[in-house]
Amino acid sequence: MAHAAALEIRHLNKQYIVDNQPMPVLENIDLSINPGEFISVVGSSGCGKSTLLRLIIGLEKEYQGEIRVDGQPIVGTSLERGIVFQEHRLFPWLTVEQNIAVSLLNANQSSKSKHDAVHAHIEMVGLKGFENAWPGQLSGGMSQRVAIARALVSRPEILLLDEPFGALDALTRSHLQRELQTILRQEGITAIMVTHDVEEAVYLGDRIVVMEPRPGRIKRVVDVPLARPRDRGSYAFAAIKADVMADFSEVIAPPEPAPPPTHGLSPSWRFSW
Amino acid sequence: MSVISLRKLRRGTTIPALILLAWWAVYAFGITDSKLFVPPGQVLTAAATLSEAGELWPAVGQSLLRAMGGFILGAGIGLIMGVLLGMSSRTERFFSLTLHSVKQVSLFAWLPLISVWFGYEDGSKVVFIALAAFFPVVLNTLEGVGNVPRDWVDVARVSHFTPWQMFARLVLPAALPSIFNGIYLSLVFSWLATLGAEYLLGSGIGLGTLLFESRAEFKMDVVLVGLVLTGFIGFALDIIAKATERRLLRWRENTVGA
Ligand SMILES: Nc1ncnc2c1ncn2[C@@H]1O[C@H](COP(=O)(O)OP(=O)(O)OP(=O)(O)O)[C@@H](O)[C@H]1O
Ligand SMILES: [Mg+2]
Repeated sequence: MAHAAALEIRHLNKQYIVDNQPMPVLENIDLSINPGEFISVVGSSGCGKSTLLRLIIGLEKEYQGEIRVDGQPIVGTSLERGIVFQEHRLFPWLTVEQNIAVSLLNANQSSKSKHDAVHAHIEMVGLKGFENAWPGQLSGGMSQRVAIARALVSRPEILLLDEPFGALDALTRSHLQRELQTILRQEGITAIMVTHDVEEAVYLGDRIVVMEPRPGRIKRVVDVPLARPRDRGSYAFAAIKADVMADFSEVIAPPEPAPPPTHGLSPSWRFSW
Repeated sequence: MSVISLRKLRRGTTIPALILLAWWAVYAFGITDSKLFVPPGQVLTAAATLSEAGELWPAVGQSLLRAMGGFILGAGIGLIMGVLLGMSSRTERFFSLTLHSVKQVSLFAWLPLISVWFGYEDGSKVVFIALAAFFPVVLNTLEGVGNVPRDWVDVARVSHFTPWQMFARLVLPAALPSIFNGIYLSLVFSWLATLGAEYLLGSGIGLGTLLFESRAEFKMDVVLVGLVLTGFIGFALDIIAKATERRLLRWRENTVGA
């Protein structure tokens, strides 16, 4: 159904106006993404990762530079581009089932096939039996899974994911990573995923974009030339992870002084005075 | 659930029951025989007499009819205006200021104007009640419609909602809790305004008219019948409104965090 789309970002600059002052958030972003490619994006908090996704999905009108999908400049949002926001953003007045169906509302499908697709995705994210639950009755991780199903169910050409697995336990997380990978491969969907988990970035990404803050820039792009499915225990995997980690800790480490020695008390006692 | 509401009911009825007991005791033990008040039994007799004479229920019916007519008119116009004005942030800011200032004019200050325009018959009473019902609905609707979280608007835009879908599937449900606050207040105000209108505009039958006429004739038992009925009807409206709200906002009931 969906064909893989190429994404081309050229000289992209974005600023927000804060207190009447322009504040640069993204500076000179250049990135070419091949059809069907999986891009992981890592970078410290506030470096503009979510803003980058907002621009690509078409929610921001004001920016300089170009964002092209298959050569065409983007105009607003499109059903061909889907997103899992950083927060789940479910409508509290709709059930789980209805929330997922929201992204098929304007899709060109029979209601039978919509219904089937919604149920297949509820099963995939492990929420069978919760079809008629209200979002207020779900845990954070369950809500996040509904949001993932909502984005996947419409089979977009380009899928954007903003820390989609952040609120999940390790088991559900690796299950959904595998499911996501399978669907993306099968359908040939191009994906960009923001994550704080470097291991996840290496496991899923064809390339890893490392960003640095103030203003948000691409520091470097790391290739992950490993065959899939990837073995997290392999030497090559560990080497790439360590390489990216080194980048990351440079950015994060300086403001944080090393914890003082705790004179024989266990680390959990550190805050007890 | 049912246990809780039963306990709530018991807690809610304790004080009225005690007052009733004290009321009865004061007369039963001869502590007073004031003519400014009457024992509970006499109120019941008065109610029965009035009811048999065919005076009580038509009056109640007329009052309820006026209250509902005014409520539907005022709340309906308030809802429509609130939605239309709230959809644009510019009109919202402009009109909410205007409406908040107009609201400051005491409701009763409108009466002379209304009576000049609409006379002293049912027309002007309904207009007065509608005015009372209008403000809480229009202001709360305006606020609810104007404050739909941007995060949800993003979701709707990503799913390419049409303008109608934006309204029916996002704005309206998101604003519903706020709209309900307004409708609830509006219902309470409608009932208050009904009694006020019947008192101040006289003419025609109604619970308010009954109350104030019997006061003039010093029939304290009838006054108390009116008083108790007014309270009961207000109470019933309150329960109906709350039950409707719970039904329509079912999703708010079952919430882990709240
Ligand atoms: N609507 C806005 N108006 C003004 N400033 C904004 C707005 N949205 C984001 N910013 C600013 O832009 C910068 C980047 O924000 P963004 O949410 O893209 O960061 P992020 O990399 O996603 O961070 P995190 O990892 O914490 O989610 C931040 O400094 C933020 O304060
Ligand atoms: Mg973010």
